[in-house]
Amino acid sequence: MPDATGLELTAHELRDHSAESILGTDFQRGRAVLLAAPDHITDVLAALMGKGYTFLASLHGVDYYPEEPRLGVLYELLDMHEVDRITVKIRVGIDDPRVPTATGLFPGAEFPEREVYDMFGVVFDGHPDLRRILMPEDFEGFPQRRDFPVGGEPVLFTFNEEQSYGKWQ
Amino acid sequence: MALDTADYRKREESITYAAETAGQGQTHELLTLNIGPHHPATHGVLRLLATLEGEVVRDIKPIIGYVHTGIEKTAEQKSYWKVIPVIERMDYLSYYFNAMAFCGAVETLVDVEVPPRAQYLRVIHLELNRIMSHLVWLGTSALDLGAISMFWYCFRERETILDLFEMSSGQRMHTRYFQVGGVIEDIPRGFATKLRKFLADMPTRADQYADLLEKNQIVLERLRGICPLDEETLLKIGVTGPLLRAAGNPWDLRKAAPYSSYDKFEFKIPVGTVGDNYDRYRVRHAEIYESVKIISQALEGLPEGPYITPDRKIALPPRHELATSMEALIHHFKLVTEGFRVPAGEAYYPIEGPRGELGCFVRADGSAKPARVHMRDPSFVHLQALEPMVKGAYIADLIATLAMLDPILGGIDR
Repeated sequence: MPDATGLELTAHELRDHSAESILGTDFQRGRAVLLAAPDHITDVLAALMGKGYTFLASLHGVDYYPEEPRLGVLYELLDMHEVDRITVKIRVGIDDPRVPTATGLFPGAEFPEREVYDMFGVVFDGHPDLRRILMPEDFEGFPQRRDFPVGGEPVLFTFNEEQSYGKWQ
Repeated sequence: MALDTADYRKREESITYAAETAGQGQTHELLTLNIGPHHPATHGVLRLLATLEGEVVRDIKPIIGYVHTGIEKTAEQKSYWKVIPVIERMDYLSYYFNAMAFCGAVETLVDVEVPPRAQYLRVIHLELNRIMSHLVWLGTSALDLGAISMFWYCFRERETILDLFEMSSGQRMHTRYFQVGGVIEDIPRGFATKLRKFLADMPTRADQYADLLEKNQIVLERLRGICPLDEETLLKIGVTGPLLRAAGNPWDLRKAAPYSSYDKFEFKIPVGTVGDNYDRYRVRHAEIYESVKIISQALEGLPEGPYITPDRKIALPPRHELATSMEALIHHFKLVTEGFRVPAGEAYYPIEGPRGELGCFVRADGSAKPARVHMRDPSFVHLQALEPMVKGAYIADLIATLAMLDPILGGIDR
């Protein structure tokens, strides 16, 4: 992990490149987080890649309900030579969550981005194959959102089979 | 919602149907073959949509989600200590690792120190689990190559490990042994003796596996030089663990960023050279010996002291205190009913699982339940490497490569 000063320096460097790309920094419990603007995420990731964070360890979504903007996408980057981790976080609203894809930089982001789309409904522009991955392809709703009810899945019997979401006409 | 077949095709439009040229103005006809979801060679409920030209794989799409159980969603409804049993069921062959990643993330958030004895006990169980996972992998992979006796031998040793797990925790699988702040109980009397016997036997057994497999011409021809993938491509996809090490990159979080006292032990990181199926087999096989070394060092150097943090706000008080201490009773009641509260924050805790980097992301909102739990499961990421590995290979090698990839569908689907 870069220390708090290192994180600020990194943020400054990225801001020099494009002033509005970094919205803020957060350093807690040894975890360095850069809050990036969704539109600039590809540039930020590319710049960090140039600084040695070449490995995308994890990409996952978070629903920050009731905070606004609600949805978050987190990129856990790793520098394998310095053994250093940094997190890039973007926040998007729930109405039209659109984020440029990171698959151009990290081909391995394909499945994780599909998972975030599947679970939170974040659309990754430019993704080669954005489909549901874990839920059935005709599923409605985004189950990992905090307002999605638990146990909301009806048990299928013959009498209510017609109402099921999976009933093909 | 109305869906017709055209719409269904659209959802699968990324699959290549383009015909291959065969020369003289002719084209090869491509065949789309559905493998799975229920197929003994897919190591779980995995569906593969393969486009074949004769016997050669031209394109492959893994389709997953058949064992998606929403564990991450379930975890949000439970207090932190109740999450451990569900999270162990994600990757069902590496339950100690799942629990370790989750407990590590929560321990980072509540800032609790794990006593040294608990760290060593964790290492013993983690490495036993790693051997157990590799044994299941070796047995089932050999089965895929047509060698059934390996399966019996591997499962014989696996039984011994499961017996050890049963001794220390009462359960053979999904043991719920790791707790936030330490482990639930000290190892019982007789555990060390039984473990020492296992540690003395295991290297010989592993030698025997090598004798059985590595002098077998059929196995060698099925593995050597088959479906290699270079280090650069693997890193781009995000592959870690034995698959990356087989390609020559010695990345191992136990060495690179030691957690749970791994820096106290002496062990080597086995690496391969070209990253073909043979290297993948050799690396995992060699890891069994290294794990044995780590366990014996941890067992001989097991420090005295508490096996769980003495912080009563996080760990349950010992049973005998409940009869005499009012405070212990209150703590016990609070922990069992509400659970402990975790200060708001986020943590990502990566560890080296048997398949690669297993990272648990936990977001706490200050309540007694996590606001988000996400497991970065290595199998999920590694499945993307299947296509570059098997493109242009024979379909029989696809099965062998899938076995060497070691995907656990419980971890992929969660």
